[in-house]
Amino acid sequence: MALEVGEKNIATDEEGYLENRDEWNIDIANAIAIAENLEMSDNHWEVVNFLREYYEEYQIAPAVRVLTKAIGKKLGKDKGNSKYLYELFPYGPAKQACKIAGLPKPTGCV
Amino acid sequence: MPETKKFLYVNRKAPYGTIYAQEALEVVLIGAAFEQDVSLAFLDDGVYQITKGQNTKEVSMKNFSLTYKALGDYDVNKIYVEQESLDARGLTLDDLLPLAWEDEDDDWAKKDSIKVVSAAEMAKIMEQSDIVFSF
Repeated sequence: MALEVGEKNIATDEEGYLENRDEWNIDIANAIAIAENLEMSDNHWEVVNFLREYYEEYQIAPAVRVLTKAIGKKLGKDKGNSKYLYELFPYGPAKQACKIAGLPKPTGCV
Repeated sequence: MPETKKFLYVNRKAPYGTIYAQEALEVVLIGAAFEQDVSLAFLDDGVYQITKGQNTKEVSMKNFSLTYKALGDYDVNKIYVEQESLDARGLTLDDLLPLAWEDEDDDWAKKDSIKVVSAAEMAKIMEQSDIVFSF
């Protein structure tokens, strides 16, 4: 599969995750978000950027349970809960936000 | 609540050259979602998996050693390393990644995950586990 961004075709797997993480940029993130029917707000970006930092440090995309706990620790309890994260990313914060962040499918995501 | 079982993942192989170490880590992270009592054991060349300062540039593999640091986030915080295996390789606790976890119930206090044990203690840990996966 491929995603069209401007003039370029960006390769993705059958679920829409980027094939090559290094290609990621903000335009690609926005294009994935549109394909997911999401309107990106600052709150969305906060989670996406958090995931990218987590990947940089640990080389994995965290499972949703781990993400929720880590967000709670960094951004406060009012954001570190499933309700808040699912409101932002209705199809699952780890899955949808990771896709927009250009990361692989989360490890330990059931 | 279903009954919690004691899982032990035994790692005996060097991190690169075979896929065992990386796959074992993946299994542990996926298994962590099932909220069982999980422990990891590192012995023989397996102790190299959690050494500091790994550089995988020349072997074209991802340096997944950084991912061990995420184990604490996954509530995997019982990591046993065999003393004899360290000794035989001239390694000490200082050569290993400082794996730790944060105790949410203790104001996120950082606590060490690694415990160096003797071969005899390791045998006991294996005996007391319900399920042992060997990699």
